[in-house]
Amino acid sequence: MDLTIDDVTSTELIILDLDATERDAAIAEMADRLVAQGRISDRDAYVNAVLEREREGGGTGMEMGVAIPHAKSEAVNNASVAVARSDQGIDFGGDSEQPSTLLFLIAAPAGGDDLHVRLLSRLSRRLIHESFRQKLYDASSPDEVMETLREEVTL
Amino acid sequence: MKFVAVTACPTGIAHTYMAAEALEEEAKKRGHEIAVETQGSAGSEKVNDSQISGAVGVIYAVDTNVDGRERFSHLPSVEVTPGEAINHAARVLDRAEKAVEEGVSEEPAETAASGRGGGGAAAAATGGGGGDGPGRSSKTGMVRQWLMTGVSYMLPFVTAGGILIALAFLVGDTVEVVNEDVYEQFSFGALFFKIGSTAFQMIGPILGGFIAYAMADRPGIAPGIVAGLLANDNGAGFLGAIIGGLLAGAVVLGLKRVPFPASLRSLLPVLFYPLIATFVVGTIMILVVGEPIAAATDALTSWLEGMGTANAIVLGVILGLMMAFDMGGPVNKVAYFFGVGLVAESVYAPMAAVMAAGMTPPLGLALATVVRKRLFNVQEQEAGKAAWVMGASFITEGAIPFAAADPIRVIPALMAGSAVAGGLSMAFDATLQAPHGGIFVFPLVGNPFLYVLAIAIGTVVTAVSVILLKEFRSAQDETADTTDETTEAARA
Repeated sequence: MDLTIDDVTSTELIILDLDATERDAAIAEMADRLVAQGRISDRDAYVNAVLEREREGGGTGMEMGVAIPHAKSEAVNNASVAVARSDQGIDFGGDSEQPSTLLFLIAAPAGGDDLHVRLLSRLSRRLIHESFRQKLYDASSPDEVMETLREEVTL
Repeated sequence: MKFVAVTACPTGIAHTYMAAEALEEEAKKRGHEIAVETQGSAGSEKVNDSQISGAVGVIYAVDTNVDGRERFSHLPSVEVTPGEAINHAARVLDRAEKAVEEGVSEEPAETAASGRGGGGAAAAATGGGGGDGPGRSSKTGMVRQWLMTGVSYMLPFVTAGGILIALAFLVGDTVEVVNEDVYEQFSFGALFFKIGSTAFQMIGPILGGFIAYAMADRPGIAPGIVAGLLANDNGAGFLGAIIGGLLAGAVVLGLKRVPFPASLRSLLPVLFYPLIATFVVGTIMILVVGEPIAAATDALTSWLEGMGTANAIVLGVILGLMMAFDMGGPVNKVAYFFGVGLVAESVYAPMAAVMAAGMTPPLGLALATVVRKRLFNVQEQEAGKAAWVMGASFITEGAIPFAAADPIRVIPALMAGSAVAGGLSMAFDATLQAPHGGIFVFPLVGNPFLYVLAIAIGTVVTAVSVILLKEFRSAQDETADTTDETTEAARA
């Protein structure tokens, strides 16, 4: 059976109005959703890995207003992505001066699982396209976000 | 234009693919063709041989090591981080077009400055060296890649330091300038010398540090640099720094395989890896490398002294071989101080032989880069220009970047030329009463015309030997590459 975006995310993992206003809290808030869905076994280990990646790489913020904090970790059960929108924006460093308003927290398991990671890589690729980002900004519910993801992110 | 590109980031989940998409989109917009190899976690989609042979340039959007970089070494290249490709794809394509038009590889300055980038500078190191690539994924190919990365970071220290020291000889009192203290009494000669020799002290540390970096990423840098400093300290020279760097990289790679508990994992790269590796490698450098070198140095010195000056030509040949063996390392130092010591006893011929033999390595390599350009990559061609100045000034270190990148072939060639120069200098009965200075002390040379002839012949012998050995290697590589392709085709 073909893998779809529903295998790596769900409406429960989509936050349209993030409470957090700074990086670490944002990552924590999104990671909690991943934990609640049983997609991560060890929250602290995963969050630490994400933060380490943020520090080492100088942040994952991008000029287009997107940040993609991510980590590959043994604490991850299933390859997953949590999506969040933050109207005021959050500073994710990186090469960008822009605060990030569209956040994707990506969790990849340490082992192989090529297909899932490949699907996540498709998502990353789509983010380059302005039209795709605009649809995500325009979505008024998690369901609409899921709909856009289903349309645009396929293997 | 047709481009190939490689994108890679440390986790290989997000940036690798975003950078690929950004480059593809921008290339499409400009009517270029681009084949992107994403070296990420979702399987690496290799660019194929026909895509490579059709390409006019290569773009690296990477902040980690690149697999199989040598496949693109003949192409003009641009190197950026994945972030730059994502945020400023247009700028990256501008630079790539420019690199293609000018037919040269850009210096990967930004990558190097941001402190990441794996074999970052190795792009420049391998760039443009047609037929110069190691057999892919072979063990020696990997070692060579590591050495090249170390050399590319170390090279600026050699050129900056060497030319400053040459300037010191030029503007100062050539013989005395090395003993002057710029802090005590200012002179431009002393100033140049102080800065230049300080840069030279970094040759070993940077070489060791970045060899280890190429192998094991950032945790390798500290142990590698410390190993290089210890190689300075115990007189092991640049060969010692290479050994130290390789050791440091190997130890960190070994540590990375140890299954540490998850709770400690975030501490590994900043604390445990560098701490343990630095201690282990430092201990080896001091106890296992340092002690024997000291003993060997003593033995070599007494052997040389025992030989005396009975057979002048043989002595010249031996001094020549020693001078070129490790360029500032222990063997070189024994020969050099033997020459200097005899000057104090008013025996001047061996010093002349020592200097001739110390001038031909950089001079011969400089000559080789001129007559057989294609055997050297862009960076080495540039280093060749500085090597003229260093060779003329008896700064043998000018040959180190070449020797460190390819020791097995370059060092024997240097030794051949220096042996000839040393032997001829003795045969011609040339003498020298100054301990250093190159052409700046030629007025102090006895039999100057024949002396210059000895150096010239040695230079030619060095250049010819280097060329022959390198030609042999690239012929071998081509055979290896063809075999590789055949097996790959068979597998497909």
